[in-house]
Amino acid sequence: MSEPVPEIETFYDVMRRQGITRRSFMKYCSLTASALGLGPAFVPQIAHAMETKPRTPVIWVHGLECTCCSESFIRSAHPLAKDVVLSMISLDYDDTLMAAAGHAAEAAMMDTIEKYKGQYILAVEGNPPLNEDGMFCITGGKPFVEKLKLAASDAKAVISWGACASYGCVQAAKPNPTQATPVHKVITDKPIIKVPGCPPIAEVMTGVITYMLTFDRLPELDRQGRPAMFYGQRIHDKCYRRPHFDAGQFVEEWDDDGARKGFCLYKMGCKGPTTYNACSTVRWNEGVSFPIQSGHGCIGCSEDGFWDHGTFYDRVTDLTQFGVEANADQIGVAAAGVVGAGVAAHAAISALKSAQSKTQTKPTQSKEEA
Amino acid sequence: MTDVSPDRGAAGGQHHPLTGDLTEEDRATITRNSSVYVYEAPVRLWHWINAAAILVLCVTGYLIGRPLPSVEMSEATHQFVFGYIRFAHFAAAMIMTVGFFGRIYWSFVGNHHSRQMFKLPLLNRHWWAEVWDEARWYMFLNKRPKKYVGHNPLAQVAMFFFMTVGMTFMIVTGFAIYAEAEGAGSLLETVLGPLRDLVGGSQTMHQIHRLGMWAIVIFMIIHIYAAIREDIMSRQTMVSTMISGTRTFKDDDPD
Repeated sequence: MSEPVPEIETFYDVMRRQGITRRSFMKYCSLTASALGLGPAFVPQIAHAMETKPRTPVIWVHGLECTCCSESFIRSAHPLAKDVVLSMISLDYDDTLMAAAGHAAEAAMMDTIEKYKGQYILAVEGNPPLNEDGMFCITGGKPFVEKLKLAASDAKAVISWGACASYGCVQAAKPNPTQATPVHKVITDKPIIKVPGCPPIAEVMTGVITYMLTFDRLPELDRQGRPAMFYGQRIHDKCYRRPHFDAGQFVEEWDDDGARKGFCLYKMGCKGPTTYNACSTVRWNEGVSFPIQSGHGCIGCSEDGFWDHGTFYDRVTDLTQFGVEANADQIGVAAAGVVGAGVAAHAAISALKSAQSKTQTKPTQSKEEA
Repeated sequence: MTDVSPDRGAAGGQHHPLTGDLTEEDRATITRNSSVYVYEAPVRLWHWINAAAILVLCVTGYLIGRPLPSVEMSEATHQFVFGYIRFAHFAAAMIMTVGFFGRIYWSFVGNHHSRQMFKLPLLNRHWWAEVWDEARWYMFLNKRPKKYVGHNPLAQVAMFFFMTVGMTFMIVTGFAIYAEAEGAGSLLETVLGPLRDLVGGSQTMHQIHRLGMWAIVIFMIIHIYAAIREDIMSRQTMVSTMISGTRTFKDDDPD
């Protein structure tokens, strides 16, 4: 992004060409700034970047996935996905969204790689299965893992869209027969930004792209490589039902009074306290709602291996590390029961033994006395 | 602790190996008095504060995973039932942690009995013989147990694994969870956050912390039973020793 690519128009050029007024453009910059959590001082910076920087070419590839990331992405409201796709980036290849198909489509990808070596962003939705030489996912007649490696080799940076690309998701759940592998374990020599979730929030997806274009760098990432501005806090930390949690007011059954009153879903297994995402602040569908607001607990879809963390409907979940599916309470109660019974039996034998030794010593004493 | 001292054989008239962490000094005391000062005041104080903290931690910890039925006394804003349960858990955890560090400090400045629970003399053959001897006593194979001034070898094993290792485990995993509320960028999160990634995430960390609680519960059952049983059946005091600090022997046999 740092080196100008003159043959591509700037964002501003494209927007003006589409009939967008300067005033609307500035409004759009303000909205984007607030969506990214930036102050008004950043609006001119965003506007300046849009006016001067060329659009960034993006190659968007799909591995083992369900396309829920794309579905989410196209529903972004701030900024609108249309603005992102048509004005901000140059989405040169996306086999789901593009008009071209077959050889023409594959040629478009090769063209982009050739033309913008080291300058395009590779967005990966889904992940490659590595078992059987990657034969469980074929795109364009070749294993997806080959396409991924090819596209990544000249990319400037890689975005791992969703739980699939970031952590593996359902296809990587135990026992993972296809050996579905997250992107960062296959591509190890490029900066990778993980945007987990199943799917990720639309505004988070477009927000990440906008940030990268505006500031010419990856957003600040956390320990796991996720953008800290969206994944820095747990859903629980900003949940609007949190006061009910602290009060001890919980939903006990799906149809009880607590459920109607909007109590905390913790006892129904809500994973909000262990899930890092922006659902409780950004929300979904233009900020309309998010799972907890709709009355169902969070299932923790943006966490590593969320399919292998036991039931969605209990806070005390199975520990599969021991080879058997049992939760801490089942293991603990069983072990404490065995130990307790052992102690009781031991105490009984101890008492019997000492009583026995007393009765045995008595006759000898009486003999001596006699 | 091996039986090499030449004058001891002369004094006692016969060779008696030293048991547990008994020292010549202790032995000298026993020959004069029937009691030895074992647990100094800070050790006793720590024991009872720790016991109280652990009790609070187990009860509140259980309830944090499986909360009590909902209570609705007023609007959520004016009610803090679950908040107080969590507060009690965190407060007790802080007390336990500070106490544990204090106890470690005391193992450096206190008497030699204060060091016993922090180490296992695994390379000492004599110690292993005593472990076996104590095990035989618990299996009803020995008619008479040995005398011990500090912990008997089995108790020492239990203390080491459940308290020294177990409490360290609970403190580390507990603070790794507590760090989440402290938030990214905090010292705790920076130090202990990676540990959550290592075990497979926050949810897994919660579960193994809970499993640790059950290990502590099991220790409590064994510890309380053994203390009472030994108080009745062994040759020395147990329960009162942790109150007064002195171990009193019921007989004056030298071994």
